[in-house]
Amino acid sequence: MSAEAVVFYLFAVITVGSAIVVTFARSLIYSAFALLFTFFGVAALYVMLGADFLAATQLLVYVGGILVLLLFGVMLTHKLYDLELRSEVHQFVPGLVASAGVFGVLTVHVLYKARWAVGSGKVLAPTTSGIGAEFMGRFLLPFEAASILLLVALIGAAMIVRRRKDA
Amino acid sequence: MITIHHYLTVSAALFALGTMGALTRRNAVNVLMGVELILNSANINLVAFSRFASRPNLDGQLFAVFVIVIAAAEVAVALAIVLTLYRLKRTPNLDEAKALRG
Repeated sequence: MSAEAVVFYLFAVITVGSAIVVTFARSLIYSAFALLFTFFGVAALYVMLGADFLAATQLLVYVGGILVLLLFGVMLTHKLYDLELRSEVHQFVPGLVASAGVFGVLTVHVLYKARWAVGSGKVLAPTTSGIGAEFMGRFLLPFEAASILLLVALIGAAMIVRRRKDA
Repeated sequence: MITIHHYLTVSAALFALGTMGALTRRNAVNVLMGVELILNSANINLVAFSRFASRPNLDGQLFAVFVIVIAAAEVAVALAIVLTLYRLKRTPNLDEAKALRG
């Protein structure tokens, strides 16, 4: 087994294993911290795919932003000192059937029966300057739309949680 | 030799686990974690496609950046809704939020 395969399987196991913990852990805090390892594993997979800028973005935005927000959500919607930090599971069997079905269809029918037009996969150049040039060139309109979307989401989130004086 | 199938299999597993989490959890924050797993699996697919395309290019990575932006906006608004729900009903459980007006 080549070194690339060893590293890939290591990070694949970390990613999928911690995602299993996220999905099946009884405690919300365990789920949140397992999600940290999932995000790190995905960032490592980006590095293996040659997407260095995206790996850094994944760490900054997901680990630094989204995970902290989720932890805020966990802590604010629970009284911290009682042992209520559990998340009940309902519809376990239908959910398991549905997700196992999705996995089966995706792997067996889509993945291994489709004929992918696969290239060599040998691009390992730094991607940051290319991504920046594309954002200021071909993708300028979606880039500006995304920034407006972020602004709208920011103001909208602040409006939703605002305490109304009359209520 | 690691091929595109390896990445797509990991991504399919993440997608299935995220679906499972979003379908079976009662806690709204846990459902959000499932949605994040789904978005991450989509991102792995996009980056793998852009790397292993017959003419490798950056388009998949650009799409993945937009997906990350959408995920950040989504989690901010969704957590605002969860906090409002908690303030209103004193519970983060989704199936107790069944009234159309508060």
